[in-house]
Amino acid sequence: MPSPSSSPPAIAFENVKKTYRGGQLKALDGVSFDIQPGEFFGLLGPNGAGKTTLISVLAGLTRATSGRVRVMGHDVVDDYAAARKALGVVPQELVFDPFFSVRETLRIQSGYFGVKNNDAWIDELLENLGLADKAHANMRQLSGGMKRRVLVAQALVHRPPVIVLDEPTAGVDVELRQTLWQFIARLNKEGHTVLLTTHYLEEAEALCQRIGMLKAGRIVALDRTSQLLAGTASTMLRFKTDAALPADIAARARVTGRIVQVTAHDAAEVETTLGSLRAAGVPIEDLEIGRADLEDVFLEIMNGAAA
Amino acid sequence: MSLARPPEGAHSRLAGQREARRVHTFSGAATLFKKEVLRFWKVAFQTVAAPVLTAVMYLLVFGHTLEDHVKVYDTVGYTQFLIPGLVMMSVLQNAFANSSSSLIQSKITGNLVFLLLTPLSPLAWFVAYVGAAVVRGLAVGAGVLLVTVWFAPPGLDNVLWVLAFTVLGAGLMGSLGLIAGLWAEKFDQMAAFQNFIIMPMTFLSGVFYSVHSLPAFWQGVSHLNPFFYMIDGFRRGFFGVSDVSPWLSLSIVAVAFIAVGGLALSLLQRGYKIRS
Repeated sequence: MPSPSSSPPAIAFENVKKTYRGGQLKALDGVSFDIQPGEFFGLLGPNGAGKTTLISVLAGLTRATSGRVRVMGHDVVDDYAAARKALGVVPQELVFDPFFSVRETLRIQSGYFGVKNNDAWIDELLENLGLADKAHANMRQLSGGMKRRVLVAQALVHRPPVIVLDEPTAGVDVELRQTLWQFIARLNKEGHTVLLTTHYLEEAEALCQRIGMLKAGRIVALDRTSQLLAGTASTMLRFKTDAALPADIAARARVTGRIVQVTAHDAAEVETTLGSLRAAGVPIEDLEIGRADLEDVFLEIMNGAAA
Repeated sequence: MSLARPPEGAHSRLAGQREARRVHTFSGAATLFKKEVLRFWKVAFQTVAAPVLTAVMYLLVFGHTLEDHVKVYDTVGYTQFLIPGLVMMSVLQNAFANSSSSLIQSKITGNLVFLLLTPLSPLAWFVAYVGAAVVRGLAVGAGVLLVTVWFAPPGLDNVLWVLAFTVLGAGLMGSLGLIAGLWAEKFDQMAAFQNFIIMPMTFLSGVFYSVHSLPAFWQGVSHLNPFFYMIDGFRRGFFGVSDVSPWLSLSIVAVAFIAVGGLALSLLQRGYKIRS
């Protein structure tokens, strides 16, 4: 866990609940955790787990049914102006205002936050996000990837200490992903807190120091990334087969076409698994034994956690 | 490069909150106001020139066909009478169109999120949207007056009535546009609001006739229409005569503005249909 500090957490979720349809649908069911200043935190979970709802509550787009959320010590409802000033949010949807150019968009966004004469910083953002030659282009003329970069620039234009990225790399090309992550990682090194939701688990594994996993509106795992990887099944058996798997292995295997992946906690479990396959007469090819990755941990936790 | 800024906390929390509110209300509202004005100005052919042309068409057609047939006030010709009515009708319809279309477009395209993420207060939203609506109303009204005044100069009896009714009327309609923009979830609903409420109320407010020419029953009905008072009071500024006292009209328009503006502000405070 991050070292305790006298300053308030960058983000504090306190028993956050959000229900719809008179309480019938629980989007968030008592979420509590803190993110410390300077952390790079990953929020993972399957579709519908409540990630975007939680971020919407944090950003003031949605009101929690109960519970509290604070950004740098500022309550997002009672002290919303200070909370929102401390927060830069990159929304999931690729939205833009078709009336304005890239530079106008950024100047306007900056003005909303009371930051005037911000052109030097805007130039720096444009340069770092590869948008310098698009400054005068209308938003309508930009490709999807370029629009995504503008969304990131808009979130950072008022220099927030806390940056929230809601699936920023969904559907973007490899080049933008690299540019974006280098940039965000640099901001994090400079002291900024980053909260990231993503479906790309290899990204979360590479970038996030700590990870929280949401399922059906509840936190089902919360730990340092290295601890999560060490604490669960750490070995992965990977092989190809055309035959039906024995029931005990089929229940915990991840099958993609001919490729089968099965996790094991230790060498003994590897032997047992191979023994079962042999006993069942399942012919296997291209057997590999390696370290489990975050995707395996994620699946194990999601399959094990009560909904 | 660094985003770093000293963490907040040097001031007491209360002083910080007051400071934040003060800065954001004025500076942020000014930015939103400017953006809203730019938004219509960038498409001025559609938002300013087109309504001016429409009003001129009304003047040419109605003025030409009715000049010798309709008698309104003793000293005022029909074309003269028509000009202030058309100016005010354009002011009102365009003030409504500005705030309502901006909000519904932002809601439907999703870019309202950029505004929802900011520290801007509900009052800042209100001042900016209604302020820009007033500017659009004034721009179109001035355009209509400038083009039509050559056909039959209506004279100017009291500029203060003209200004008071223009600004209050545009403010009222800008506020109503805000409410419609918050309420409507699709363009069809907005079109219904505009065509089934705003349009009939402006057309039946005495733009094209003096309500004194109507049968008693319809005169009574006209007096229930707040648009009637806006047009009648505005016209008073040009001719020095009106169907009812301009003070009564001003009071009714002011009360309507406070009521509609108050409702718009309270909907913004509740985050009605914009914050779930």
